[in-house]
Amino acid sequence: MSFEILTYSFMHRALIAGIAIAILCSVVGLFLVLRRYSLFGDAIAHSSFGGVAVGLLAGIYPLWTAYVVSIVSALVITKVKDRFNISGDASIAVLLSSGIAVGLVIIGLSGGFTLDIFSFLFGSILLVSVDDVVLILALTGGILIVVLLLFRELLYSTFNEEQAKVSGIPVEKINYLVVFMAGLTVVTSIQLVGVLLISALFVIPNVSAIMYGKGFKQTALISIGFSIFSVVAGILVSYVFDITPAGTIVLISIGLLAGTMGIKSAGLLSKN
Amino acid sequence: MLKVVEIKNLSVKYPDVKALDNVSFEVDEGDFLGIIGPNGAGKSTLFASMLNLHTDYEGTIKFFGQDIRKSKNYLKQIGYVPQKPIFEKNFPVTVKDVVRMGLQNESDADRIDEILQQLWIHELGNRRIGELSGGQQQRVFIAKALVHKPKLLILDEPVTGIDQQSIELFYSILRELNSKQNITIIWSSHDLDAVNQLANHVACLNRTLFFHGESEDFFSNDDLVKQYSEASMQEHMHHH
Repeated sequence: MSFEILTYSFMHRALIAGIAIAILCSVVGLFLVLRRYSLFGDAIAHSSFGGVAVGLLAGIYPLWTAYVVSIVSALVITKVKDRFNISGDASIAVLLSSGIAVGLVIIGLSGGFTLDIFSFLFGSILLVSVDDVVLILALTGGILIVVLLLFRELLYSTFNEEQAKVSGIPVEKINYLVVFMAGLTVVTSIQLVGVLLISALFVIPNVSAIMYGKGFKQTALISIGFSIFSVVAGILVSYVFDITPAGTIVLISIGLLAGTMGIKSAGLLSKN
Repeated sequence: MLKVVEIKNLSVKYPDVKALDNVSFEVDEGDFLGIIGPNGAGKSTLFASMLNLHTDYEGTIKFFGQDIRKSKNYLKQIGYVPQKPIFEKNFPVTVKDVVRMGLQNESDADRIDEILQQLWIHELGNRRIGELSGGQQQRVFIAKALVHKPKLLILDEPVTGIDQQSIELFYSILRELNSKQNITIIWSSHDLDAVNQLANHVACLNRTLFFHGESEDFFSNDDLVKQYSEASMQEHMHHH
């Protein structure tokens, strides 16, 4: 592999944005996975598809409409789920399909698919602008600060909601905060792997990391490590071989998961 | 003397059943109250109401002189050990992670080692919670309930499915907490012998309160003892 690719400024932007997104998705994803909300990222991503379509139709930068539509629909579906006692997986299915349906209808109204839609479906990390990178870094920093400040509240309410309540933690507010952060993270990450593969970034590095049998902070660090490795290797390998970055990133992280499973079945990790 | 808990005319109605009917009692500082009664007697509903998990009740509940409808600050002064804490077996937290959750102020982190030592689980500190036996897990949850130095400890039948040796150790820990550290304890149990040994007050609950008073008065009343041991026997047989 030639090191020349590391001198391109679009590659710098892609790697910086990619690493920030890798960290963000690992951290937010760990809470989602442990809350048995693994597919929630997927559902938000699909609803963002509707948001993107709205933006394209209205002539607004599609990422902004995606943020609004995704976060609002994620919060609404969480409220509806609690209010009408709908199970988590069913509410995810509702959110997921309604986002796609809205998107399809609006795209039909606006005269069919465009190139923009494809880049939202499959990601376009090599095309991120300086503005995009700044936005991604700002959001990553902001969300990580919130996670650190509310670490105990987030972990405790994820571990056991009832006990967290008894300890005086405002569990409901924390639940909405998790949904809100997930919405921000998903839409921010769409540029990296696209709508269709977003939940891979949330779930796969965390599922691998949990198998190492460590405490919470170490598990998060292992997950971040796997995630960064997958994204950086995925971007470089895909560029060299001229294949899709999104697919490559996800396949590498699946490779790490398979490796972890191999180590575990060989009995090299503790039972859990 | 400071009233830790004052419950007045507490009633809870579910759509088809009255779970609690006009229950009133008080707990003084330093009391060790054993609450006994068969399954379905309303013990869990009573605890849920006291812990702000169930808010749809009639009557008043006061902790440390404050109505809990008005202020939730009391929650920071109590420790609660549930019957069987529910968590994912492979949840990635160590014993120390779990105990740290109970800590309200990160600057008191020294307390974690101190409380682990006190409960004889110091050597388990870096193990995942899911790897431990039932008795060890229970001690971890007691440690979590105690790490912030609560004035009151509430325990909901916390010996279900735990080996005899761990139960003995658990009882001796409770006795020490109450007598040496003056922590008020409210403890629901099926084990009349244990209540007789540990508690200085007894409350018999079966939707309504049948008895509340000194432990000696309860155990010297053969009718009451017989009734509640039968009730718990029936519950026991029903349980299996």
